Amino acid sequence: MSIEVKNLNKTFNGFKAVQNISLKLESGSLVALLGPSGSGKSTLLRMIAGLEIPDTGEILLTGREATHVSAKERNVGFVFQHYALFKHMTVFENIAFGLRVRKQSEKQIRDRVHELLSLIQLSGLDKRYPSQLSGGQRQRVAVARALAPRPGVLLLDEPFGALDAKVREELREWILRLHEESHVTTLFVTHDQNEALEVASRILIMNNGKIEQDGTPIEIFDHPATHFIAQFVGETNYIDTEVTEKGLAVWGPFRFSIDPKFAPHQKIRIYFRPHDVYVTESFETLQVKARIKKTRFKGTVIEYLLDIGEDKSIFAQVPKGVALASGFKENQDVYAAITAYHVFPL
Amino acid sequence: MPETLKMTFKDKPNDPTKTLTEPRWVRWALVSLALLFVGLFLVLPLVEVFSAAFDKGFTYYLSVVRDPVALSAIQLTLISALFSVVLNTIFGLASAWAITKFQFPGKNLLITLIDIPFSVSPVVAGLIYVLLFGLQGIWGPWLAAHNIHVIFAVPGIILATIFVTFPFVSRELIPLMQEQGSDEEEAALVLGAGGWQIFWKVTLPNIQWGLLYGVILCNARAMGEFGAVSVVSGHIRGLTDTLPLHVEILYNEYNFTAAFAVASLLTFLAIVTLVAKSLVGAKYEQEKQVLPTSLESERTV
Repeated sequence: MSIEVKNLNKTFNGFKAVQNISLKLESGSLVALLGPSGSGKSTLLRMIAGLEIPDTGEILLTGREATHVSAKERNVGFVFQHYALFKHMTVFENIAFGLRVRKQSEKQIRDRVHELLSLIQLSGLDKRYPSQLSGGQRQRVAVARALAPRPGVLLLDEPFGALDAKVREELREWILRLHEESHVTTLFVTHDQNEALEVASRILIMNNGKIEQDGTPIEIFDHPATHFIAQFVGETNYIDTEVTEKGLAVWGPFRFSIDPKFAPHQKIRIYFRPHDVYVTESFETLQVKARIKKTRFKGTVIEYLLDIGEDKSIFAQVPKGVALASGFKENQDVYAAITAYHVFPL
Repeated sequence: MPETLKMTFKDKPNDPTKTLTEPRWVRWALVSLALLFVGLFLVLPLVEVFSAAFDKGFTYYLSVVRDPVALSAIQLTLISALFSVVLNTIFGLASAWAITKFQFPGKNLLITLIDIPFSVSPVVAGLIYVLLFGLQGIWGPWLAAHNIHVIFAVPGIILATIFVTFPFVSRELIPLMQEQGSDEEEAALVLGAGGWQIFWKVTLPNIQWGLLYGVILCNARAMGEFGAVSVVSGHIRGLTDTLPLHVEILYNEYNFTAAFAVASLLTFLAIVTLVAKSLVGAKYEQEKQVLPTSLESERTV
């Protein structure tokens, strides 16, 4: 089932939660809706599910007008951040709920529930109550419950937000495999960029009720479309400077070749990621002198604060192995180059 | 590092209760005071009610309780309690549902209106009905012309009781349902359930103990209501007397033993209610607890 949204608007007490959003999701895709809290991503998801009514705009499910179809009739699966499991029902009855209201036979229900229980690897826990499950187990039951009536679309609202890092990691993997097996069109909301980058094949980034960029994880990460995305996705350095001459900007010892569309003396902001700063012990071409002021261990990488003179400093990240082999330490003189950057007008 | 850790442990006294509670004599004094108070003002009167009731022996007690007038008072009390419990349960559910699950203009006004019976004196409540349905009242002449008796008759007593017990169920349910939110209802809706299915399968099981709690409180008040009922009843013995009114009549006739005998019935009902309330209350507390979504639960399982 495909999802199409045209010019959707929603205002809550004067606050524009969703502003003129249009998007199209192909059947079978796995898409993340990424944005900070309050960016309107949950509202958009809830409107697609029919839990909120848009002020204006259209929602089409499989090409059919669904804007005024009740949530009851839309045949979408919805997974809530806090699970929203029926706490007075067993795991079995929770998963069976959507089948019971569709008046399926007892045998059909039993077969489907057991099929889903094995899919979520919780066979044997069917008689437990939600309060007797861990957070990760509860969320898997919530996903199974949403999938039970074979919905055309699966919508997940911050599905792993309330879980700890380790469980979240496992569930990401699991949702990927689940999608590979079921091929149900999946749209999930998250504020966790790693989750979006890892799981989705396409990411929509929302800010202030609008979609700022729509692209693959690599596109989003390497070619941020706006200031906001350059800062929001991944870690980044940014420097404010101005165009020195046509096609060139100079900041401290660094020289950036830039798009000739920027006029001389125009104010610009240049973003570059710490891991795109190339640091070596001995001089290589195009590098500038720098001094390591601080080091910080960050797991797979080591981060350095580099003093590049003129009271200017930048962050650089070096893979741990390279850093250890080079033996970088504080107050050491090194050489650095910026290998990739993005320029935005201010 | 380990040394400083040891130090802090040594600083702690061996008996943690010493630092956490008051000295022994303070505890004893406070507990004794509380018990004395409870004994003097609650237990003693209760014992007195039953001892006075059986003052002239068990056979006399039985004869008072089995008196046709007393029996009709019991019957009327039960009928008015039944009506108010059933109607106020339906109303309470509907209003709590509307207030907690929907946004609509005038919601705050409705919440305030629900509380009116708590803030208005029961005598005033009774007078309202006299003014509405009495012979000099707004609808009085019309009712009299159609031979419908409300005031000084059973319908008036039921109406007054309903008014006084109006807020109990909804007041109990509104905070509970606010706490629980609408997530489960939304989940059920998306799964394809209709309004009634959501109500019977999701909402009602989630609030059943809170609802029962409210019903018990409503029932207790309905059976014990005196002021409002007294105004509309007219005190016709054997016809419009409820148990509390019957106690008053007997008492005014200096028939103390009989008054206490009937009072003991009311007291007995109150004790039953209290036991039921505490049993339901324990279940109710469990219901109020929202499923923990924190990381704590992750570790315990």
